[in-house]
Amino acid sequence: MFVELNNLLNTTPDTAEQGKLTLLCDAKTDGSFLVHHFLSFYLKANCKVCFVALIQSFSHYSIVGQKLGVSLTMARERGQLVFLEGLKSAVDIVFQAQKEPHPLQFLREANAGNLKPLFEFVREALKPVDSGEAQWTYPVLLVDDLSVLLSLGMGAVAVLDFIHYCRATVCWELKGNMVVLVHDSGDAEDEENDILLNGLSHQSHLILRAEGLATGFCRDVHGQLRILWRRPSQPTVHRDQSFTYQYKIQDKSVSFFAKGMSPAVL
Amino acid sequence: MAAVATCGSVAASTGSAVATASKSNVTSFQRRGPRASGTNDSGPRLVSIAGTRPSVRNGQLLVSTGLPALDQLLGGGLAVGTVLLIEEDKYNIYSPLLFKYFLAEGTVSGHTLLVASAKEDPANILQELPAPLLDDKCKKEFDEDVYDHKTPESNIKMRIAWRYQLLPKMEQIGPVSSSRFGHYYDASKRMPQELIEASNWHGFFLPEKISSTVKVEPCSLTPGYTKLLQFIQNIIYEEGFDGSNPQKKQRNILRIGIQNLGSPLWGDDICCAENGGNSHSLTKFLYVLRGLLRTSLSACIITMPTHLIQNKAIIARVTTLSDIVVGLESFIGSERETNPLYKDYHGLIHIRQIPRLNNLICDESDVKDLAFKLKRKLFTIECWRKSLWSFPNLKI
Repeated sequence: MFVELNNLLNTTPDTAEQGKLTLLCDAKTDGSFLVHHFLSFYLKANCKVCFVALIQSFSHYSIVGQKLGVSLTMARERGQLVFLEGLKSAVDIVFQAQKEPHPLQFLREANAGNLKPLFEFVREALKPVDSGEAQWTYPVLLVDDLSVLLSLGMGAVAVLDFIHYCRATVCWELKGNMVVLVHDSGDAEDEENDILLNGLSHQSHLILRAEGLATGFCRDVHGQLRILWRRPSQPTVHRDQSFTYQYKIQDKSVSFFAKGMSPAVL
Repeated sequence: MAAVATCGSVAASTGSAVATASKSNVTSFQRRGPRASGTNDSGPRLVSIAGTRPSVRNGQLLVSTGLPALDQLLGGGLAVGTVLLIEEDKYNIYSPLLFKYFLAEGTVSGHTLLVASAKEDPANILQELPAPLLDDKCKKEFDEDVYDHKTPESNIKMRIAWRYQLLPKMEQIGPVSSSRFGHYYDASKRMPQELIEASNWHGFFLPEKISSTVKVEPCSLTPGYTKLLQFIQNIIYEEGFDGSNPQKKQRNILRIGIQNLGSPLWGDDICCAENGGNSHSLTKFLYVLRGLLRTSLSACIITMPTHLIQNKAIIARVTTLSDIVVGLESFIGSERETNPLYKDYHGLIHIRQIPRLNNLICDESDVKDLAFKLKRKLFTIECWRKSLWSFPNLKI
């Protein structure tokens, strides 16, 4: 996890709020550093994490996780991390007939139905184990990323339904958290993606939006992060708070600074 | 397998083995040395595969794209297990060249090739590979082709164009010595027949494969894509590139080349209709291909006529599902053909995306304004902005 980002979000692994949906969004840049942040954050917070990793392999997250101080292999071995590797599963599903239903079995079907098998997988992974003592603090669902589901034939409504079911179970019933990443296609006129993004924006408590700089590539400032706190369940008595910072990604951390205050410029 | 262990993310080994093996390559000391030469500096105990080298940044196993200038722009080369997507230029003149350079590099390095095309027979494609330039034999022909634009020597101080002194030097062309990584090719000559025959290659020519009545599993992909995926998966398994076949211990790289993916010849209609029935076929194909590549010792080049795709959203999705995306824009037929700024060049080359593999950061090049030119023999990539300063009338 990035300590500076924790400070900006006013949170630590021990004092994080529960029952929240965080939306990560990237436009014209790569927002995957936020996924790595939250993965290591919740593992350090001793939460039970279910990670649906659709876009990269396990070893990718594992190697970056080591730089951030968590070991995904150890977490997986002791049962803290349930990892669904989308790429590996896709190869298994497409080339071999599966006997048991698989969470991603929609890949075999001509008409994409719904994500019910995936939801059942998540529910099964995060359900509290009746072992007497509470081993993990609270469950967390992490998805990287939802836009891939659209590329694989799922409709935006099916994905929104899946998130709705997950929210009901993970956030409300189990008092856990959810973090999902969606790409913002910008001017690519991806209607399905826009529906998904807008729908999720209305449901989220916290939106982190990584944007590329409007002026283009810069070696010292990699992008801009907009943080938006929302209270979707209450009427907007208080205004939604929004902050903008610029950031530079380094080998093991990300440094944040106010707009125009990059150390390279000052 | 030590060599397999170096390529961290792509080896099909157990999680703990990957973690410990890759740790040995990542040190806090990062050498900022030149990446031009192909010396393998990852330690004497690791046996390396011919034609590969570990990345300076994180030990990721890299292969050359066949164009050393492009390798430099991509941070050293193409990582094993990833896809290089070439967005074809409008009349498909220069993208087949890049395709052939990639395959030629594989032939010279002794890699196994898998060539897939719906338009040309792979055997014909291989016959047209450019000949490698080797050592001093061709040095004389080489010197004729050295571009006349003067390279600024680093010890000559520039007085007027002093900002350009700070620009990084592009990879300069030079005769190939016995470097194991990255070779130069002569586009006007064909690869010698013996080299082609000595190479191990597999061809996938769609019109031949589609007529056979092998039962195709329903998968909602167009039949052409399904057959191609099965073919690739078969080769990977049979020849042991994913380490799962107990009989086969493979120490080589599989170079996959797919030409004109997405064109109507593959049975896909994304180039013809905006919202066709098969709009997810191509993205699904790329996803499963990514899964296959990440778990095997292979690297893939795909050329795609993105300028023909009607639905821009599909291009954005295709870009997300590819690792490196390079766009070619040729000047033929465009207003830029007569623009004096570009008079020395044949087109622009855009590096649209570089992957962040096993890392938070990526090796993005600082040089953004790149143009290419195909001389009689060589394909060169340069930053075109330098030529601004060659105008005698320019008042500063």
